[in-house]
Amino acid sequence: MSSTFLGMPAAPPRSPYGAGNLRGERTFPEAAAHELGNDQLRANLHRATRTIRAKRLAVTAELPDWEELRAAGAAVKNEAMGRLPELLEQLEAKVTEAGGTVHWARDAAEANALVTELVAATGSREVIKVKSMATQEIGLNEHLESQGITAHETDLAELIVQLADDRPSHILVPAIHRNREEIRRIFLERIPGVDPGLDSVPAELAAAARAYLREKFMSVPVAVSGANFGIAETGTLSVVESEGNGRMCLTLPRTLITVMGIEKVLPRYADLEVFLQLLPRSSTGERMNPYTTLWTGVTPGDGPQDFHLVLLDNGRTAALADPIGREALNCIRCSACLNVCPVYERVGGHAYGSTYPGPIGAVLTPQLAGTHAAKNDPNASLPYASTLCGACYDACPVKIDIPSLLVELRHQTTERTGRSAERLAMKAAAAVMGRPKLYTTAQRAAAIGRIAAGRDGKISHLPPPLGGWTESRDITAPPRRTFRAWYASQEGRDALAAAAAEHPADTEMPEEER
Amino acid sequence: MRIGLFATCLGDTLFPDAVRATALLVARLGHEIVFPPDQTCCGQMHVNTGYQREPVPLVRNFAEQFGDASIDAVVMPSGSCVGCVRHQHPLVADRYGDAALRSGVAAVRDKTYELSEFLVDVLDATDVGAYFPHRVTYHPTCHSLRMLGVGDKPLRLLRAVEGIDLVELPEADACCGFGGTFAVKNAATSTAMLRDKLDHIASTDAAVCTAGDSSCLMHIGGGLSRIRSGTRTLHLAEILAATRTAPYVPLETTR
Repeated sequence: MSSTFLGMPAAPPRSPYGAGNLRGERTFPEAAAHELGNDQLRANLHRATRTIRAKRLAVTAELPDWEELRAAGAAVKNEAMGRLPELLEQLEAKVTEAGGTVHWARDAAEANALVTELVAATGSREVIKVKSMATQEIGLNEHLESQGITAHETDLAELIVQLADDRPSHILVPAIHRNREEIRRIFLERIPGVDPGLDSVPAELAAAARAYLREKFMSVPVAVSGANFGIAETGTLSVVESEGNGRMCLTLPRTLITVMGIEKVLPRYADLEVFLQLLPRSSTGERMNPYTTLWTGVTPGDGPQDFHLVLLDNGRTAALADPIGREALNCIRCSACLNVCPVYERVGGHAYGSTYPGPIGAVLTPQLAGTHAAKNDPNASLPYASTLCGACYDACPVKIDIPSLLVELRHQTTERTGRSAERLAMKAAAAVMGRPKLYTTAQRAAAIGRIAAGRDGKISHLPPPLGGWTESRDITAPPRRTFRAWYASQEGRDALAAAAAEHPADTEMPEEER
Repeated sequence: MRIGLFATCLGDTLFPDAVRATALLVARLGHEIVFPPDQTCCGQMHVNTGYQREPVPLVRNFAEQFGDASIDAVVMPSGSCVGCVRHQHPLVADRYGDAALRSGVAAVRDKTYELSEFLVDVLDATDVGAYFPHRVTYHPTCHSLRMLGVGDKPLRLLRAVEGIDLVELPEADACCGFGGTFAVKNAATSTAMLRDKLDHIASTDAAVCTAGDSSCLMHIGGGLSRIRSGTRTLHLAEILAATRTAPYVPLETTR
């Protein structure tokens, strides 16, 4: 690939250290150990992930061409990533033609400054927001607040998270870690004028949020959104949502500012046919989401009369230059991989320390923000936050091979780390296993481990770094004899001969199903 | 057929009963077992932990040990090791190997099978004449299920075992939390996953939890042992190797 791909400097920058929400404060194992202690979180995640898994399986199984759709989704995204510069320029031209204004933001700081400037120009001190991963990634709300501008999240779960001064823990269900009693208390404390007798019945909670938000929709003249898709061919932007708050934000205010990651561009309008099937079925497990808003620039007399599109890089060009990152950029943020991930199910989204949690986050976050293993960067621990069980790959609507990407990222990490105790151990293990004589000697040495075992043949305590294993698991003591020793013994030869003799030529085993 | 048996480093060193059962089963079905004596390890642990240069000699050794054209198929009682041979050996050979290694790897990978694949796909056998009169539940390991796509082959083999009381494991396709070095690097999360797997196993009242991979069984078995569960782990091969004339007798583990 050309290193001057987007007219960027030779080494395209990752998202700068310390900016935005692409890096946690603790490594994954530390943060996960903390989150594992949260019983409410575990119970909520257990229930929610199972419900949504079942729904997703039902609505994907009913489509005879689901696998073809996935292949089509992957093909369109691969094409888009391969033609990104040209498609983005086409998108810019079409949006401009339709009366919008396009801005380019290299990183979080530039994007935040741009949006702040645009809001300030309207004279408003408030904005209403459609749930958006891109603005979460750059920490837009926090930046606006520091500039004296209040951002009101209008998605119910985002509102809960915002009112509680919390962070989202799921791409699609940001408040998955809260229960309704907690939500009742948050509303009572933070929504002005809420009925003090508010019950924790979901309908009542929703009604309280609705009344609060309705007033914002009617009075705030500026909205900020993200975008699920941007169509290069027509300059059309799209937001897919469930609650109708997005439709309000995208149609009522005078000014609309959309922050879109540059990887969201699709070549053709017709590509929506594929993605509007893949996305809702994969994310909420619905055949179709309730609200799909499409807009192209400005329509005089109808909807926002001032439209700005901020195209956000923030590490994406750097990711594009890497084969792993390029595949990860195909992600359409459906969150199916989170919902099927056994690790995510136990630890929740906060353990990943990034706007993008779960399996895809473990790939995407290090790609966007880089890893600095020498600084004990939490992002360097993310590629290891997986058992490589592969459930994410099966679920991904654009067929991102997340386990293989994680293995590749681990390789990149070890290549950068240079000398480490682990590398030495791996080298030593390979040196022994690469030499059969040494290997059999080591096997005999391992048998000495029998001494460490109790009378029941179990080892219940190992020293670091293996102590984590024996926190919860025994190890069976090494056997008296390895397989190869048995195989070479008279006993082994006799047993194999006896087994072979059991097979008379006439007993081809019949296939039998019971 | 001449069957190259790959014991896997874990099976050879720590779980020889499973490898012995594989050898006896294949011999009983009328095939010749070849055990290249200089075989060691496939390198899966290295690759999955992020090391791809270090296992090059292991990948080369594997290809050399089993490259002999007179070996018709390579069989191993481990889904994850087959996954490594199929998907990771070519990766390592492409990146850090030479042309000879690449062609050696390609030749061996195409004749490498996990045990249930070999029995069902190659030998076209589901009833292997086994007898195992115990209550059994089956855990489909992640690499067998998703990387290899063995589907219900192990279950078809188990259903054909005489006397078996096969009971379905709830949420069977959930990972047990092993993940190689994951169990050490992320021990707390791994334990949380293991606990749920143990609960599901307990709910089946099975005497035996079986699977096609000794590594996952080591993890699950270690957990079952720690909580003094009455359920024990046994490799699929050990069940399939048991017959009326040579019933299952625990060897190494009860001494």
